[in-house]
Amino acid sequence: MSVNRRQFLKRAGALTALGLGGSFVLTGIRGKIADAASQTPSYQKQKQGLVAKHWAMVVDMSKFKTEEDIERVIQSCDTIHNIPDFGNKKDEIKWIWKDDFEHTFTESKNEYLTENFKELPFMIMCNHCENPPCVKACPTGATFKRADDGIVMMDYHRCIGCRFCMGACPFGARSFNYRDPKPHIKTINPDFPTRTIGVVEKCTFCVERLEKGLKPACVEASKGGLIFGDLDDTNSEVRKIISSKFTIRRKSELGTQPSVYYLVGGEESV
Amino acid sequence: MFEKALTGSKRYWAWIFFLLAVIALGVMAYLRQFNEGLGLTGMSRDVSWGLYIAQFTFLVGVAASAVMLVTPYYLHDFKRFGKLVILGEFLAIAAVIMCILFIFVDVGQPMRILNVLLYPQLHSVMFYDMCVLAGYLVINLVVGWTTLGAEKKGTPPPKWVKPIIYLSIPWAFSIHTVTAFLYAGLPGRFFWMTAIMAARFLASAFAAGPALLILLALLVRKLSKFDPDPGIGAIQSLVKIIRYAMIANVFFYICEVFTAFYSNSPDEMAPFKYVFFGLDGHTSLVPFMWTAAVLAIVGIALLIFPTRENKVLLPIALLSIFLANWIDKGIVLIIAGFVPNSFERVTEYFPSGNEISIVVGIYAIGALIITVLYKIAISVREQNQI
Ligand code: SF4
Ligand code: SF4
Ligand code: SF4
Repeated sequence: MSVNRRQFLKRAGALTALGLGGSFVLTGIRGKIADAASQTPSYQKQKQGLVAKHWAMVVDMSKFKTEEDIERVIQSCDTIHNIPDFGNKKDEIKWIWKDDFEHTFTESKNEYLTENFKELPFMIMCNHCENPPCVKACPTGATFKRADDGIVMMDYHRCIGCRFCMGACPFGARSFNYRDPKPHIKTINPDFPTRTIGVVEKCTFCVERLEKGLKPACVEASKGGLIFGDLDDTNSEVRKIISSKFTIRRKSELGTQPSVYYLVGGEESV
Repeated sequence: MFEKALTGSKRYWAWIFFLLAVIALGVMAYLRQFNEGLGLTGMSRDVSWGLYIAQFTFLVGVAASAVMLVTPYYLHDFKRFGKLVILGEFLAIAAVIMCILFIFVDVGQPMRILNVLLYPQLHSVMFYDMCVLAGYLVINLVVGWTTLGAEKKGTPPPKWVKPIIYLSIPWAFSIHTVTAFLYAGLPGRFFWMTAIMAARFLASAFAAGPALLILLALLVRKLSKFDPDPGIGAIQSLVKIIRYAMIANVFFYICEVFTAFYSNSPDEMAPFKYVFFGLDGHTSLVPFMWTAAVLAIVGIALLIFPTRENKVLLPIALLSIFLANWIDKGIVLIIAGFVPNSFERVTEYFPSGNEISIVVGIYAIGALIITVLYKIAISVREQNQI
């Protein structure tokens, strides 16, 4: 993971040449370059599990080498969270999925990108925005941001299914239970609630696992492709990457402050 | 007064039973949706609001438009509207009730709808929308009923309703402004996030609502002995309001189109391209939008020229204006707000048959309320005329 200054600048040049530079969050060029090898995990195991002030995720797509790597990560979330498969796009429910560069970072594409580049896959999930428009819109408080760690949560028992939050989320991160999900879940995980018809759901950064001291399922399954940690902790791996490498966020111009960062030009990519 | 609704001609009862039959079909469709979920509609993960919310939006405007009669009559003592104003207030009542029903059928967990009031979220525009709508319903019920009751007795309306009538004026503006804010404050929905959304809403409402009202008044004149405009020019005064409101509405729309296309901002242009020309080969809204554009122009033209005095052309003009606004707000605006989606892909929405049955059923409920309330008003007036 270590990157020296020369490599860093070279990569910056390469990316700018690809027409992406303008949208990158340029941080830490002058600051010290993080050496990820000397990480100490920021979050400590406590009685109530993993805690942080601001949970964040870094997506390093260079670690996703094959279609199988991507599938495994999606599956890890789908199976433990009882995500139904209706077999159609209209009623689809998804918490984490992949899309290509061109559609994920719509503002950064240009017509000269090669097809390969346009089709680079990216993992997508709820961004757990710092200023979540979904929370502002929700008339019942069924979707809310946890004050202590910034996770944007759902209360399936309070949600009235008005879908105002879906209109408000500019990232398409939310799904609605248009039909009864239960018959469409392959095998039900009894440790996690199934949802009812008529409520909205989305990625919750695996709060139920954090409570038990475990990292999110997708992070565990990603073998280093998804890095999860406390953005408020200057020593955390996510913080070091975000402050010293090129990361971009989806639609950062909208001011929602997503907590999911994409490391573009991570190891051996591009 | 209500007993007046229970006596009527054969034609009256045939119409009532026809409406009840349509309502029954709607209720059956709703029960199906209640059991199987909103999957029975054409809505999807990408287009998560459809005809229901669009009708709600349109009808809030119809409800608010009563203010175009109330303000001149009560605030400026414009006597010509004296006989029309009650029809406007009763139309508002029916429209608000339809609005509430459209919200109700749109939510996925209707039994929990009171959560909006049990856990009020002061940062959610929807909370305020519910409050102002409920308030507007109460105001119009109180005002309409007491003024008509007084009229029946041949006395002036009690003093205490005056402040409520005045309150109804800013309140009417608020219901449609707050409804516009539901959409205008959402980042990333470029079709909706525009500062003149509330102004556009009000302009289109003040055209469509009174247009419908005049059409209803013409019907009342035809079907009963009560004439809401016995040669005093009430209708033509209202026509002027409609004309200017519609011109303002079209002007605001052109402002939107200018900003989007002159700035050449892709996000701003995409939904307009979608509704006028289609996007990525998806053109389902194109015929609707052009129909609306043509109807708007025809309607305005007919109201500008002396054709507005013509017995045949006036209803055509009003119908054109009403339909143009209904297509723009009751179909296109909400759906196109979701196109393209946040991944710049186009998902189209086609309402299902079940969904349309529910929509028609709710409109039938509205028609029933209007029929009954107008019947009462007309009976009182007919009695007084004798
Ligand atoms: S990505 Fe969407 S759903 Fe997630 S917090 Fe942000 S606005 Fe809300
Ligand atoms: S659908 Fe549920 S979570 Fe979303 S805004 Fe409505 S009540 Fe809140
Ligand atoms: S953090 Fe948890 S809930 Fe979110 S995508 Fe990953 S596995 Fe799913």
